[in-house]
Amino acid sequence: MINSTSFLIVLRFILLVLVQVLVFNNLNFFGYINPVVYILFLYWYPIKQNRTTFMVLCFLLGLCVDIFSDTLAINAAATVTIAYLRPTIMRFVFGVNYEFQSFKLNNSTKAQQFTFLALLIIIHHLVYFTLEIFSFTNSLLILQKTFIVGIATLILCILFSTLFSSKKE
Amino acid sequence: MQQIINFLIRYKTFLLYLSLLLISFIFTFQSHSYHQSKFLNSSNYITGSIYSFSDNITSYFNLREENNRLVEENKKLRDKLFNNIQLFGISIDTSSVDYEVIRGRVINNSYADQRNYITINKGQNDSIAQDMGVITDKGILGIVENTSANYSTVQSILSEKSNINAKIKNSNHFGSLVWENTTDYNVVQLIDIPRLVPLTIGDTIVTGAMSSIFPENIPIGTIKRFDLDNSKSFYFIDVELFNDMTNIGNVYIIRNLNRKEVLELEAETEANDQ
Repeated sequence: MINSTSFLIVLRFILLVLVQVLVFNNLNFFGYINPVVYILFLYWYPIKQNRTTFMVLCFLLGLCVDIFSDTLAINAAATVTIAYLRPTIMRFVFGVNYEFQSFKLNNSTKAQQFTFLALLIIIHHLVYFTLEIFSFTNSLLILQKTFIVGIATLILCILFSTLFSSKKE
Repeated sequence: MQQIINFLIRYKTFLLYLSLLLISFIFTFQSHSYHQSKFLNSSNYITGSIYSFSDNITSYFNLREENNRLVEENKKLRDKLFNNIQLFGISIDTSSVDYEVIRGRVINNSYADQRNYITINKGQNDSIAQDMGVITDKGILGIVENTSANYSTVQSILSEKSNINAKIKNSNHFGSLVWENTTDYNVVQLIDIPRLVPLTIGDTIVTGAMSSIFPENIPIGTIKRFDLDNSKSFYFIDVELFNDMTNIGNVYIIRNLNRKEVLELEAETEANDQ
């Protein structure tokens, strides 16, 4: 049981990094829209797991993407931030009942899943573009990029999560 | 002591978050000096092999276009050769060559970030080193930043940190080529040209002779728009690049054989000056 979960997580990790750097980093839709699909790793990660491992894994995930795309450690910083904030976001979106043993992402409503994903994406992009552009004179550019790239990421993440959702109830 | 340990245990997630964030900030900000981080770049073995594997597959799709480009360049070179008949008579003395050209291939390219990098499939084994110029058949591309055994990363001219000596072709006035409007990836800016220089839209911009990285007269682009800057004494010129930065395949890496000598001489002069 433990082994199959860990195996799934490692497999997801590798596949998401490869899909991100080989496909989505080269998309450059309208010149700068590169959706950040590896956020799905945080969306799919089991809820009842050790937080420390989760955060270290997220840091490594961001760092792997950074090394491939020559972005220093910006992805790592953004990913670690949403990894740390994930329980807070989940409590906000799903209420207290996410702490129960029986809670599963599939059991929640579509609107809740959507909000959860959207919040993860918005925070990630805000941190990412703030660090990338790193100037207050360009704060409009930061917001504009966060908004537009965020929408693209959200659409793709929803497509992916419906495509690969586990059907067994 | 007990309390300190209790504190550490209670806030261990937050402390872990802070330390991981700190690590990523250190990686990010230490590179705000001139050169990029030594560890976090795509010229290492693993990323290099993955990128060249994917390039092996995707490069088949634009072979025809690539061929056309090479034929076009051959035609240009032949034109030069046939119109310079005296060249045939001269045997080239290889000991007095200033520049050596190495061919390479782009395996990863970015142009949507603030600091863009290109990964190429040549490295130290092909005698590539930091601060060599990289060009294509159409014009200038960037400067080698980091190298591994078989791969290198190139700081593209589309980077906030890029600063290259350039001049106006017909008048020889020189300035610096920078990228300030970081959202437009086909336009770079030429600054520090004094206002007394006559300019026309469409003038060609080429590399200047002040650089020990690029040879003189490598094409860069044409003037798209020009305006006086805030101080009203210099021009701020938008230069439209000859290169399509979104579509780059084969590149040439230029090795200046005299660079070491030039740098040593300059360092010596500076040292004597103080």
